[in-house]
Amino acid sequence: MIRVLYFASLRERLSCSDETLEAVPATVTDLRAQLAGRGGIWHEVFADGQRVLAAVNQEMAGAGQALQDGDEVGFFPPVTGG
Amino acid sequence: MNVEIRVQDTPLDAVAEIAPVYAGQASIGGVVSFIGLMRDMNQGDAVSTMKLEHYPGMTEKALAAIVDEAASRWDLAGVRLVHRVGEIRPQDPIVLVCVASAHRGEAFRACEFIIDYLKTRAPFWKREQTAEGKTRWVDSRGSDEAAAAAWEDSK
Repeated sequence: MIRVLYFASLRERLSCSDETLEAVPATVTDLRAQLAGRGGIWHEVFADGQRVLAAVNQEMAGAGQALQDGDEVGFFPPVTGG
Repeated sequence: MNVEIRVQDTPLDAVAEIAPVYAGQASIGGVVSFIGLMRDMNQGDAVSTMKLEHYPGMTEKALAAIVDEAASRWDLAGVRLVHRVGEIRPQDPIVLVCVASAHRGEAFRACEFIIDYLKTRAPFWKREQTAEGKTRWVDSRGSDEAAAAAWEDSK
């Protein structure tokens, strides 16, 4: 089981702030592909070429990072603080 | 090193945050502060309010990692980093970076490094409301990426 969180413009576009997935994808890349596979706006957001950053357990993650049971994955647009 | 990092949804009194960074430490010879303010214009439009969102938990970790990185590069006596979230108006402080060191050079460089890294690595997002009542998410800037990347090159 993993927890997936969506922030800022992503949360609004997807109309979803968080969800729990029972099956654990092997990597962040696999998770992105799975989410894109939902079609519609999910495909638009997660298909190649979109700038969506990922964090695993609240630390910035590369696309190929492995996932484990219990992980928290956050997806968000490029940050604009400061 | 005396470090304080906060994310707050209440007004930030940036000037009041500075004195505690050096008070009582006579070895400190210089304090450099950066105060980021909300502007009333963006991309040619008048902006009336802004809402800052963040990723609770990750934000605090990211800010602590940035301060740790600064402390590993320069000899610092104190750092205070305070960032607003919630609703703000033009002229409100968004962020305070305050760095104290024995000598000014380290404090200047560390202060600029911290704000440059924060701009590209800390999970905050701004949504602004224009004077005409439209709301929009603020886009990230390539110039911020370039500023952060320059520190990587100088490592």
